[in-house]
Amino acid sequence: MRSALFYRRQASPLHAARAGVGALWIGAVIAAALVSESPFVLAAVCAAIVLAGACAGLGRALARTLRIVLVVALPIVAINVLVSREGLTVFARLGDLGPFGQGNLTVEALVYGATIALKLASVMIATTLASLAVDPDELLRLARRLSFRSALTASLATRMVPLLAGDAQRLAEARRTRPVAPPRVKLLSAIVGSSLDRALDVAATLELRGFATAKRGSSARRAWSRHDRAFAASAAAIVVASTLARLAGLAAFDAYPEIHSAPAWQASALAVVLVAAILLPFANRRGIGL
Amino acid sequence: MSEIIFEQVTYSYPSASEPALTDVSLRIEPGQLCLLASRSGHGKSTLLRAACGLVPHFYGGSFAGRVTVAGMDTREHPPARLGALVGALSQDPETQLVMSSVRAELALALESRGHGSAAVARGVEEVALALGIDGLLDRSTHELSGGEQQRVALGAALAGRPRVLLLDEPTSQLDPVAGDELIGLLRRLNQEWDTTIVLCEHRLERCLAAADRVVALRAGRVEHDGSPEDFLRWAADSAPGLQTPGARLFSLAGIEPPPVGVKQARASLRRAGLLPVGDEPVGASPMDPAARETVGGAASGANDAPAPRVGRLAGLRMRRPAGEAEQAAVAARSIWLELRGGPAILRGVELTVRPGERIALMGRNGAGKSTLLRCLAGLLQPTRGRIERGGRVALLLQNPGDYFLHERVRDELSPAAIQAAGLAALAERNPRDLSGGERQRLALAIVAGEGERPAVIALDEPTRGMDREAKAALAAELRARAQDGQAVIVATHDPEFAAACAERALLLADGRVIADGPASELLAGGWYFSTETARILSGAAGTLLPEAGAELLRRASGGHALAGRRAQSSDPSAGAAEAGAAESLWSAEVQPSRAPASPVSQTPRVVL
Repeated sequence: MRSALFYRRQASPLHAARAGVGALWIGAVIAAALVSESPFVLAAVCAAIVLAGACAGLGRALARTLRIVLVVALPIVAINVLVSREGLTVFARLGDLGPFGQGNLTVEALVYGATIALKLASVMIATTLASLAVDPDELLRLARRLSFRSALTASLATRMVPLLAGDAQRLAEARRTRPVAPPRVKLLSAIVGSSLDRALDVAATLELRGFATAKRGSSARRAWSRHDRAFAASAAAIVVASTLARLAGLAAFDAYPEIHSAPAWQASALAVVLVAAILLPFANRRGIGL
Repeated sequence: MSEIIFEQVTYSYPSASEPALTDVSLRIEPGQLCLLASRSGHGKSTLLRAACGLVPHFYGGSFAGRVTVAGMDTREHPPARLGALVGALSQDPETQLVMSSVRAELALALESRGHGSAAVARGVEEVALALGIDGLLDRSTHELSGGEQQRVALGAALAGRPRVLLLDEPTSQLDPVAGDELIGLLRRLNQEWDTTIVLCEHRLERCLAAADRVVALRAGRVEHDGSPEDFLRWAADSAPGLQTPGARLFSLAGIEPPPVGVKQARASLRRAGLLPVGDEPVGASPMDPAARETVGGAASGANDAPAPRVGRLAGLRMRRPAGEAEQAAVAARSIWLELRGGPAILRGVELTVRPGERIALMGRNGAGKSTLLRCLAGLLQPTRGRIERGGRVALLLQNPGDYFLHERVRDELSPAAIQAAGLAALAERNPRDLSGGERQRLALAIVAGEGERPAVIALDEPTRGMDREAKAALAAELRARAQDGQAVIVATHDPEFAAACAERALLLADGRVIADGPASELLAGGWYFSTETARILSGAAGTLLPEAGAELLRRASGGHALAGRRAQSSDPSAGAAEAGAAESLWSAEVQPSRAPASPVSQTPRVVL
């Protein structure tokens, strides 16, 4: 009954692709979300990432992330509507708010806030997908070519997360078995205290495994699988499509002072291209088994 | 040249008032399998840390003397460099897994030392096959069970093919089957690869037969260093708490020499005509009702437990009297626990626990023991079936340290509760600095609470890392609680502890109860889930513990007759006659005895 928020090899095309390609593909998806301006395109990209997660067998884990996304995104929209003064189309007047001036809520501020929230949601969901579907150990091997120790230090930090999550779960269970549950603050301080012991133990293990005297070994060439190729091609298509669209002003969108958007067919076309590029690699399910 | 040399090593941890090791001088030869024995907190783990360089490089403190491993002085070579020669496994496997997948974990040490990818892949495959963890290679390390983590951590230590292997209680999280497999593997590594192995264990009976040598420590000093046979002779006089059950059985029965393992014990008894040649002793089968009612009573008498209820093993569950549901301290009514998108952990478990009953829950790793306890205590809700509770179920989870939230013992409980737990003298100590047994006692007092008495005390693997004396004290406390009317359920891998504290035993497999009966039946009749005494005596008359076994042997031998039997046993023609005599002795009705077993000093020694 361990936490489901960590990488686990599953039977999916994304899991079957090499970690470098998987990370590249996730990076391309995030880049597409960041450079897109149209809320319609962003909504399509966001939905495509969720669908991709479902195709990778991670729908349930992503649903948990979506709940967190909502908790973060809704305040962003609300705050932008309340503080932005750049829009012209007022849909509600709150009157004089003293030092904050007139409380006029505008459609433009609402749409801009939603655009920012969609970008953030896309990035959060994509990074969750990366943590669940891209093998961190394989990434570590790639990073090792640049700096072995930094990569392993990153690995140690990453390892501490599930370890402390496990500790927290155990301590919380122990708390529930007491006749009178102690305050949660006590639990937190116990977890912090134990984290130091844990870090010492993990560091001792790394020391014994030769971390401090690590040498660089030779790496083997590995043939590219159909999934490596598919995700690499998909990443390229996503980057090219979103970059070209941005440079050419296709599906352009301005929220302030009034909403100006390119013709709907442009946003639709770009959305179709990006959604297809994101989802097509999942169509091929040969050789994805464990 | 010796593989490991300790020269007058004295070491103190930072801010410790007493040294953990004092003037330790020791030479371990290449290819030796050396067993370290001591009570908890007497320096075993520190000695292993010194052998791999973590002491003093990693832990700091004050270090005097010299440790040399394969010619490398640990003061001059850091653990990372020694790691190429030394594989180490510490008590907690969870902290020894630093990568995300098992494959990456096994590969790390090889990659760190600059091996090419082909060599890494081969090393990983070989060690995975050797340890039987090839099926786990693509699993995430986060989702392994405790036993699986232990094996993977051992695999990671072995992957670099070290010359020296240092193991700190490697079987503490393993069920008896996996524990025996691991010891067998270590023996193979030692014999086929000439790997030098230094091993700490509290359950010495598991590995003594495989050891070439035993080093006993007391308060950080080497108290004894010799062969397993010498160690057992020394322990009988100087450290009875370190005796194996088999050695204690012989010692209490006044038989010498103490046996190193079951095979040697049985051979000695057979030579003495105390064990029939070939088949099981007549009338001694745990399934034999006559024997069960006679010597089974003797066994439980020695355990100071009531006579076991008549029951049968697999397939025939204990019959329950009518109206039992009203009396139950806790009852599981056909409970299932099925994970969403995963397997069923419990499958229709039916269990009724009455007030004052003492139950041992046994089974392999992953059989569902911990999950069943969690369901009984209400930490988990069964997906089907129901739990009926006659009161609070106090569950003590595996790690007592999880219950300590303060810096001092006196802040964890009221003074009265600390007094009642027998910890008043330790009130100012940090709970984390207590010994294993003291920690367990404090944690038990915390979960039992100070107000309303719980109806059930449930413990999940309470003996992990505990020495024999601490286990005996815990068993005594549990028996006292049961006499006070509390039901006790203990999930354990330790058959000796189960025999000492339980009157009824349940065997779980794959989420089902596959056997449910008196402990004297269930723990006497198996290969793995049985005590050493039961294995030596072929489960004769449900005898589980050395005290009852010694009583049986004394009755069977007719007092001093063993010496004469030894003299005859050298004559092969006498064997058949002896066997016949033994059969009659073993099949004779032995009346249950409630008298305490005679102390060793009062028993005439007989040399075989």
